Amino acid sequence: MNISIIVFPGTNREKDMGMAFSSLTGQQPNFVWHKDTDLPQSDLIVLPGGFSYGDYLRCGAMAAHSPIMKEVIHKAKSGTRVLGVCNGFQMLIETQLLPGALLRNKTLKFICKQVSLRTENTDTSFAHHLNDGDVIRVPVAHGDGNYFANEDILKSLEDHRQIAFRYCDTNGNVTGEANPNGSTQNIAGIYNKEKTILGMMPHPENATQIHQGPLEGKPLFESILNQAA
Amino acid sequence: MTNTASAPDNDAIFQEPEITETLGKEHGFSPEEYKKVFDILGRTPTFTEFGIFSVMWSEHCSYKSSRLHLKKLPTEASWIIQGPGENAGVIDIGDGKAAVFKMESHNHPSFIEPYQGAATGVGGIMRDVFTMGARPIANINALRFGDPDHPKTRHLVSGVVAGISGYGNCMGVPTVGGETNFHSAYNGNILVNAMTVGIAEQDKIYYARGASPDQPIVYIGSKTGRDGIHGATMSSAEFSEDSEEKRPTVQVGDPFTEKLLLEACLELMQEDAIISIQDMGAAGLTSSSVEIAAKGNIGVDLDLDKVPQRETNMTPYEIMLSESQERMLMILQPGKEEMARAIIEKWDLDFAVIGRTTDDKRLRLKMYGREWCDIPVPPLVDESPVYDRPQEPYDFAPAINDEEYDLPAGQTLADALETLMSCPDLASRQWIWEQYDSLVMGETVYSPGITETQASEGADAAIVRIPDTEKALAITSDCSPRYCYAHPFEGGKQAVAESYRNISATGAMPLAVTNNLNFGNPERPKIMAQFVGCIEGIGAACRDLHYPVTGGNVSLYNETNGEAILPTPTIGGVGVIQDWTKAASIPFKAAGEEIFLIGETKGHLGQSLYLREIHDIESGEAPHVDLEAEKTNASFVRQLIEDGLVTACHDISDGGLLAAIAEMAFDNEIGADLSNHTDKNAAFWFGEDQARYVLTTTDAKALKDKATLEKISLTYLGKTINSDIKIGDDLSISIKKLAKKNKNWLPCYMETGK
Repeated sequence: MNISIIVFPGTNREKDMGMAFSSLTGQQPNFVWHKDTDLPQSDLIVLPGGFSYGDYLRCGAMAAHSPIMKEVIHKAKSGTRVLGVCNGFQMLIETQLLPGALLRNKTLKFICKQVSLRTENTDTSFAHHLNDGDVIRVPVAHGDGNYFANEDILKSLEDHRQIAFRYCDTNGNVTGEANPNGSTQNIAGIYNKEKTILGMMPHPENATQIHQGPLEGKPLFESILNQAA
Repeated sequence: MTNTASAPDNDAIFQEPEITETLGKEHGFSPEEYKKVFDILGRTPTFTEFGIFSVMWSEHCSYKSSRLHLKKLPTEASWIIQGPGENAGVIDIGDGKAAVFKMESHNHPSFIEPYQGAATGVGGIMRDVFTMGARPIANINALRFGDPDHPKTRHLVSGVVAGISGYGNCMGVPTVGGETNFHSAYNGNILVNAMTVGIAEQDKIYYARGASPDQPIVYIGSKTGRDGIHGATMSSAEFSEDSEEKRPTVQVGDPFTEKLLLEACLELMQEDAIISIQDMGAAGLTSSSVEIAAKGNIGVDLDLDKVPQRETNMTPYEIMLSESQERMLMILQPGKEEMARAIIEKWDLDFAVIGRTTDDKRLRLKMYGREWCDIPVPPLVDESPVYDRPQEPYDFAPAINDEEYDLPAGQTLADALETLMSCPDLASRQWIWEQYDSLVMGETVYSPGITETQASEGADAAIVRIPDTEKALAITSDCSPRYCYAHPFEGGKQAVAESYRNISATGAMPLAVTNNLNFGNPERPKIMAQFVGCIEGIGAACRDLHYPVTGGNVSLYNETNGEAILPTPTIGGVGVIQDWTKAASIPFKAAGEEIFLIGETKGHLGQSLYLREIHDIESGEAPHVDLEAEKTNASFVRQLIEDGLVTACHDISDGGLLAAIAEMAFDNEIGADLSNHTDKNAAFWFGEDQARYVLTTTDAKALKDKATLEKISLTYLGKTINSDIKIGDDLSISIKKLAKKNKNWLPCYMETGK
């Protein structure tokens, strides 16, 4: 499978993402510089986490206008799968490939901690190695992860089963206490209607190696790589 | 926006102020130093030259009060690649790789402007490390704040933590640990000590030394503005009420630019183009160009018109003294300029050839069509002042009678433990750690935090895997200022011993330290006695433990209105564990395991947290550090971990044995039955005797046999059990309840001030 990870000035989790894939496939994905205008043939495009352009404007807003993004948007609209994590999720929102908005965390502080996620839809090429309702433990590390959606968007997300993950407690209960950033309905990640694009705030790539602790981010990467299954 | 300038639109620039003794005083010169500048030049200095002498001879840059004593520190071992004198220390960690690390303070700026002060402190130390060709892989920090009840403390905690978080997170370098303490002695001078550890290939390490005549001098990074002018001089003076007015001398950080600078430098370093490189930190362009000239035994001609500038009508004085951040100076191989320019500009950074090296050992500056400075470099550096400042005999804290300080009437061990575990110095730092990205780069194994925040669980030192190997680095920062105040020599020893212990408790071999020596005004004999005592203690411990010093930073004048901080020589330690899977962590793993105490317990209560928190006194002798016992016990613990006999391990420090056990109990809510020891007094449970560890094992016999064979002092404490710490039938402490108290103090304080 051809995987392209886009590198922007200021992104900083592209190597973590590379490690998550290469430890399963045995080969490094392509790292594509944001100033390039041609994308190598890709079955999956990854927008990694970090602080693209320092996040000095709205997070992800500058990156959304990088030269390579024209091609990324074009490919995404033609059905190429796209995974955006953290800053990458913010870029997907800024390019309007995904609906809603990501606001400053409710605490107004950066937060890095392990959270539990309830898997809401596993009938997708990103999560089919999991079962609906499975709880996975992965870290978050962000300052602006407070997902906001208005009633109309929420209804549409529900109607099309676009909600991918919700923050929950270790038993899978979606509670206010389990929500690290104040997001609407504890939403941690969403799909587009076609389920070809996944954007999420938590970092499953940091829960894929033995030295990182529990390997609960791994099933996502296995799902992605075994797309045909 | 301006870039380079060839003519000012204001002629006033050409009218430099007259050099007078009053101006000398404002620049921090003593009358003798003032005269020496005239003697070296054989004439009246220009204002620009005067400014250059003043920053180069500031305490911050010249180490004039400390240099004589720093020589007493041991700096050699077969694994040391670079000791003191370069941007950072370098040690051999095997496989052709090197660890590059240093700790540096940003105390004065952080007190004045906590967010930017702390942020640029973190930025500065990372730059020191990547200047040498290393990719930073971990940051830690040591923070000291004033009394929690002091009106400024909350504001400072929140600003400093946000600043460290803002800069480190954006750089994508994990902040994996550190220490935070509170004491009224820091009310007017907080301490922000930041340490960065990086990894480099041994054959790709870059130094400031090595330049020859007739090579191009290149400036890269951010443009130069008027920020931070005289930052180094500010950091070399005491504070008074009007220190807030010094806010404009605090630099402003831009972590995004630094991230670009990091990637651009490391990319350029893959090419064979850089001869010598120096970051522009304290005293900016002055210090970096003089360092390169002095270390290469050459001269430097700079054309300041070519320096990328952020503001109009800047004077040479301002350009040379600006401490604008995220800038580097390097000497390139002639002919490599365009290749280098392409790489730097790919990262959207400024690149300018601003001068050439010469063979006449002079620093010459031209701008706006005239010469502003012509200083001989050797005397500027070699004849900088050195002082053997007077010390007075130290008034050591007298001994107390430990027997008078058993539990106060009506208090149980449980009450005392609860008070201790929720006191500011032992309460959970989760509120702080959660703001640091401790996981980015994906190599964090353990960090000294708690399960919820950190990679998998806490250990006494942060464990960060060396990419693509089985090995990991162990990193820690340590100091017990109250011991240093009571007895500077023993306190200095203790800081090193605790660092050695924290690394050993994970199973790693301690290799070398960097230090950050924070003290008051060295012109006061009492402070000088503290400084010298601590250095000699550090020297003695580093020598005996084969744990040499690779450099560091000295921060003096941490004093406001004559009130000095506690002597705080922070030790940043680095070690290596050959197989990270064997590294030991703090939490008890399962019920039914046997708990042992390594090391001798006499019950030393002097200067303990127990005395301070339970009896409300800060007195007594500092605990004595037996370096032989430290060495033997640490080696024994490392061997046990290597042999796979240890399931959890924690050194005993603040709060003593019972606090250590509580910390081991928290994460998995597994407690301990210590009922064999119902007869013990408070000194046994809370004494702060040194060279001790608590560990658990599933093979008590093997452990006991080894201890007997090696004549190690071993005490059987009891067994791990579910949910409580139990000492006899009458005393049972709920872990859940205790952990809640421990976790609540800091967030509650930050929210309500109580």
